[in-house]
Amino acid sequence: MHPALSVIFFTVVSGAGFGLVILTTGLGVLGGVPGLGANGILTALLVGVALATAGLMASTLHLANPKNAWRAFFRFRTSWLSREAVFSVLFYPCVALYMLGLWRTGGAHGVGLTLVGLLVLLLALATVFATGMIYASLRTIPQWNSPLVPTNYLLLSLASGAVLLTGLTVAFGEPPAVAATLALVLLVTAAMAKAVYYFWIGKPQGPTINTAVGPTRARIKILESGQSSDSFLNREFSYEAAAERILRLRLVVYLCAFLLPFVLLVLLLGTDGAALSLALALVAPVLLMVGLLAERWLFFAEARHVVNLFYGRQQC
Amino acid sequence: MKLGLVIDTDTCVGCHACVVACKQWNTSGTLGPLTDYQPYGKEPSGVAFNRVRTYEVDTYPNNKTINMPMSCMHCETADCVTVCPTGASFKRAEDGIVLVDQDKCMGCNLCAWACPYGARELDEAVGTMKKCTLCVDRIYDEQLPEAERQPACVITCPTSARTFGDLDDPDSQVSRLVRERNGYQSMPELGYNPVNHYLPPRHKPHAETTPGASLPSLTERFKSWLDKAVVR
Repeated sequence: MHPALSVIFFTVVSGAGFGLVILTTGLGVLGGVPGLGANGILTALLVGVALATAGLMASTLHLANPKNAWRAFFRFRTSWLSREAVFSVLFYPCVALYMLGLWRTGGAHGVGLTLVGLLVLLLALATVFATGMIYASLRTIPQWNSPLVPTNYLLLSLASGAVLLTGLTVAFGEPPAVAATLALVLLVTAAMAKAVYYFWIGKPQGPTINTAVGPTRARIKILESGQSSDSFLNREFSYEAAAERILRLRLVVYLCAFLLPFVLLVLLLGTDGAALSLALALVAPVLLMVGLLAERWLFFAEARHVVNLFYGRQQC
Repeated sequence: MKLGLVIDTDTCVGCHACVVACKQWNTSGTLGPLTDYQPYGKEPSGVAFNRVRTYEVDTYPNNKTINMPMSCMHCETADCVTVCPTGASFKRAEDGIVLVDQDKCMGCNLCAWACPYGARELDEAVGTMKKCTLCVDRIYDEQLPEAERQPACVITCPTSARTFGDLDDPDSQVSRLVRERNGYQSMPELGYNPVNHYLPPRHKPHAETTPGASLPSLTERFKSWLDKAVVR
């Protein structure tokens, strides 16, 4: 699949934003984010909403006919893209109400505010899940048609949210023990799920050219594609990255998205110096974002659409 | 009704007449235009509803060339319709034709991603998704003589490799062809249940392959030629 920058940016950045909101709200409902005051929580929510919004705005860039984008809310019953749109739009009034409540009460969670917080939490989770399901629901792409895909989207969103929350806690000059520990656990879990995914897609297991062209066990090869230059189908679906490049980028994913932020957060937990803490806590999210952009690029570049079978690929 | 095409890969010669006829009819039809990109440039390309690709099946001496014209299969389980967030993609209840409402499409490409057969192509100039309509603006046109109420690709096919009809009716010509000639679907394992079917090549030896048969002697061959040549 052709890796479109707008979609890569959208899924990474809005995933991080929703993750930050999920963790902040979740901890808030459980009795406040340890180390962060009401102002800190409000700032974290604002950053999360800003990131989610930036991502959602970027997602409209890949539409060829954006003037009809408002119609995307009307097929909630069948389309995951529609569900994502509905969840993300419902998210805004709820999070605004929650932030207003926090601002009024100074962080004390009454029954009403707890319920609103839970609603924010559920809608943010549902949005990220729907994003993953847009890809996982496509039977045409064996590398995506797997429950591991929404799992990865959720875990990476939560892990990036936790690393951002740690950074914000340190930026507010507070002890980041709880946020950093949470981030460590989530980073390890997300790394394991991603490793399972890479193992899973390692072997082609989709349809073959034999069932696509004709029900025969004989060898089939393309002689003529019937076109003198690439069509929309080739531009959209036939993107293929060199194996070496894929390996190098996977290394970037493991290092930048998982290993280095993990090491930095462990160092952060062991250090007392304010300047060093701040440096560690700010470098970790930046590295993570770089790693996740590579991860999302690979997610598209490694996906093989079955239409390639008609252009001579033997298996997808 | 379940309208669709049955395409005979035994008789298709890969002449691309159906591709041209489709483009000609539909570029000025209800879904038109089918934009061309750089038509006179170095790499001309453009939107097409119907593409023919050619394959070699099996190896010598059993190899065979197969031409496979592909357009929308008007699937019974059309995922392109379920994934569409705007409701622009729809499948008609009365005849099963899958269409795109050009006024509702936002050009997100998701239906093209969901189609295993490459039937949907984004018109990058217009910004909407376009696809085979099964010539819905021909087959119901009562201004046309009845024999011409067929898709443009079917009418134009010089070898009659394409047949149009109702695959729901067991006595229709298309259903009989599928039954008698072992018609098959492309990628049935994905579960889209495409309505269009393909007829496999008939099994005929493609070259004289009897090994070791020695020719009769020159005298015998002369006699047999004489027998045929002299008319009593």
